Order: sequence, then C-alpha cells, then structure tokens
Amino acid sequence: MHRFANPTRFLKLISALQPWAMGISVLCLATGLYFALIVSPADYQQSETVRIMYVHVPASWMAMFCYSALAGASAAGLIWRHLTAFVVARATAPIGAAFTFLALATGSLWGKPMWGTWWVWDARLTSVLILLFLYLGFIALEGAFDDRSRGMRAAAILAIVGAVNVPIIKYSVDWWNTLHQPASVVKLDGPAIQSSMLTPLLLMAVGYTAFYFWVMFVRVRAEFNDARIQALRLRHSQA
Amino acid sequence: MSAPDPSPGSPLGALIARDIRLALRQGADSMMVIVFFVLVVVLFPLGVGPEPAILGRIAAGVIWVAALLAAMLSMDRLFQTDHEDGSLELLVLSPLPLELQFLAKATAHWLTTGLPLIIVAPLLGLLLNMAPAGYPVMLLALALGTPSLSLIGGVGAALSLGARRSGVLLSLLVLPLFIPVLIFGVSAVDAGLTGSAAKAQLLILGGLLLGAVALAPWAAAAALRQAAE
Repeated sequence: MHRFANPTRFLKLISALQPWAMGISVLCLATGLYFALIVSPADYQQSETVRIMYVHVPASWMAMFCYSALAGASAAGLIWRHLTAFVVARATAPIGAAFTFLALATGSLWGKPMWGTWWVWDARLTSVLILLFLYLGFIALEGAFDDRSRGMRAAAILAIVGAVNVPIIKYSVDWWNTLHQPASVVKLDGPAIQSSMLTPLLLMAVGYTAFYFWVMFVRVRAEFNDARIQALRLRHSQA
Repeated sequence: MSAPDPSPGSPLGALIARDIRLALRQGADSMMVIVFFVLVVVLFPLGVGPEPAILGRIAAGVIWVAALLAAMLSMDRLFQTDHEDGSLELLVLSPLPLELQFLAKATAHWLTTGLPLIIVAPLLGLLLNMAPAGYPVMLLALALGTPSLSLIGGVGAALSLGARRSGVLLSLLVLPLFIPVLIFGVSAVDAGLTGSAAKAQLLILGGLLLGAVALAPWAAAAALRQAAE
C-alpha cells in the first residue's frame, strides 16, 4: 500500500484504472437496470414497487462502503501522513453523502406505499440519517480552516470517531425491533432472495461500486491537477 | 526521563480547580447556560400550548433536548480561551498526558454546567407538569448522560478549534453524536413514567458514558495536538 502513497505512482495507477471503472459501471448499471425494471418479476406482495429495491439497497450498501473507505483513508492519512490518503478521503466524502441521501430518499419513496408513511423514527432510518450528518460534518469541518491541512486532519479524526456508527447501522435491524426489515442478502446461511431478483441486485451493486471508483478517480485527478495549477500560478506570480 | 511525580493526582486536581475557578470568576458564563436551559424549556409551553396532559407527555424530551443544546452552547469555551491566550500550548507541552488533561477539563466543564442543569431540571419538570414517578429516573438519567455530553462535546470543541464560524460548525459536529444519549435518556424517563423498569436504558446510558470516558480522550487529545501545532 505504501508504494501508492507516492502521488505520481498513484495517479498513474488510477489513470489506468479509470476507464475500466467507467466501463464496468456503465455496463453493469445498464444491464442491471434492464433486468431490474423489465426482466425481473414483480413481487407477489409488493407488486411493482419492489423495483425500488434495486436502487435503494445498493445505495445503502454504498453509503456504508464509502464511509468505511472515508474512515480508512482518514486513518491511513493520520497514521502514515500520506497526503494521497487524505486526497482520497476528500474525494470520497461528497460521493458517500450523495449515496446516503439517495438511500434515504428512495427508502422514503418506498416506505410510503409499503408502510403508509414517508418516514418513521426507527433505528435503521435514524442511524442512516446520522450517517448523512456525519458526512456533512466531515465536509464542513474539512473546509472550515484557513490552513487546509489542519482542516483535513480535524475532519479525519471526526471520520474515525463517526466510524462507531457503521456497525450500529449494520446491526440496528437485529438489535432493535424495527419496521425496516432485517438483512436478507448478506446472511450466513445464504441469501433469502430468489435468483431472478438477486441477479439484478448484484449487478446494480457492482455497477454502483464501480461508479464510486470512477467518480472518486476523477475527483482525485482533478484535485492533483488543481494543486499543480496553483503551484504553477504561484511560480508565475513570483517570477 | 524526568523524575517521577511525587503526587501524581495533584496536577489533575490543579487543572480541574483552575478551570472551575475560571468558570466561576467569569460567573456570567455558567449562569448564562442555566438561563438558556430554562428559557428553552419555557418556550415549549408557549409554543405547544399550555395543555397539562400534552406538556406532561413531552416533558422528558423537552428537558433532554434543552440540556443537549445548553451543553453544546457552553462547549466552545472549553478550549477557546486557552487557545487564544496560549495556555493550550503550555498544556500540550506539559508532562501530564493530554488525554488525562482532557478528562480533567471535561470534568470541570461538567461540574460547572452539567451539575447545575441537573439541579435545575426538577424545577422545570414541575413547570412542564411531569408526573412524580419520572423525577428520580430523570435525575439518574441526567446524571449518567450529561457527563457523556461533556466528553463527546469536548471532542467536537477540540476539532473545531480555530475554525471559521466554529459555533455553527460545532453544532453540526456534536449534535448527531449526542443523539444516542438523547434517545436512551428520554426512553429511560418514559419507562419510569409508565411504571416499567428503566434499568436497561440506564445501563445503556452508563455504557455510553464508560465508552466516552475510554475513547473521547484519545480523539480529543489528537485534535488538540493538531490545534496547537
């Protein structure tokens, strides 16, 4: 891992990976949506609204995945003082916040026909809402200092502190008696979901993950380019 | 290595005494938090309407939310003045571990804000027409919960030290982390009001406090070191 702390090497790596991430993302999302919206059967109880699942469930997975990436990159940046890790954390935060918002919004749209309400204060929904606030806090704290690196390190500590929320979200449906249903895909005794629905769900999940890496790579490259431009400007103004 | 301290307890005590003395000398600050706490609670009967049944029903929640806001409001002065006059640098350089110093400062903060809140709370319960069964549980829950608020809030205060508009930022950082304390604090009082045992909620509040005592000093000390760099 330390090999890629070098920005040049890291940039070379992500420039090579970016088209792959883009290709996998577009391909999986296209086929996944085709299977999800057209091929897969309607649920015998939920009828057509079950199709919200294919957008909602992967978005929730990504919300947690992005937070884990954010906390991991933050920890790596604090421990080894790798600038690259901080750049990855900064690039991840808004993407994760967007996934979290998507999960909450689609969940709300799904909740109205299924539970008869847009929102309930059960443990799963509340903990995901806290996750959104943690993302927003990270973004706000990161930009709140005149000294950029001080802001980044403070935000990194916040990301690590907030990581306690991730297991709480995961197990909230088991610990509390929630309206939200417990896990049915990631289980020890195999997924409790029919393959005609599981296939599009997994396709969408792969598509979302690739999408995250694609956008993250773009943002990381943009940030490095931005730093390069700033340095060039500085040199020009001094010359 | 420096010589071992002959009385390891004393520097901590000195730090706590110093912070309490500072808070009392600037007395207005500590008083203001209490006044704020009372004012927020008084706003609710005016906003929701004076119906005694409704007020009694929401009393626990209102008092807890007001306590949360009051704790948060007083948070920014935990390190702000030390940061401004340079004593924070001296504290960071001192041989006493920064983690312990944070515990001392959080203790002093709780003694000057959390404790007065607990003392005033029964009076506010009276104003909100809370049933008598709720008082002992509420006091116990506040006694277990408010130290967690001081500890968690202290992490937020250390993180936002020196930031632009740190007050607003602090609320964004700290309030989401206060939510577990709020949930179990209120549900403990509700359990007490309905006559069922509040033991589980109180145990969870105690667990949260123990977790905060163990973990918050690390995060806060890391943040303080960066603020002093």
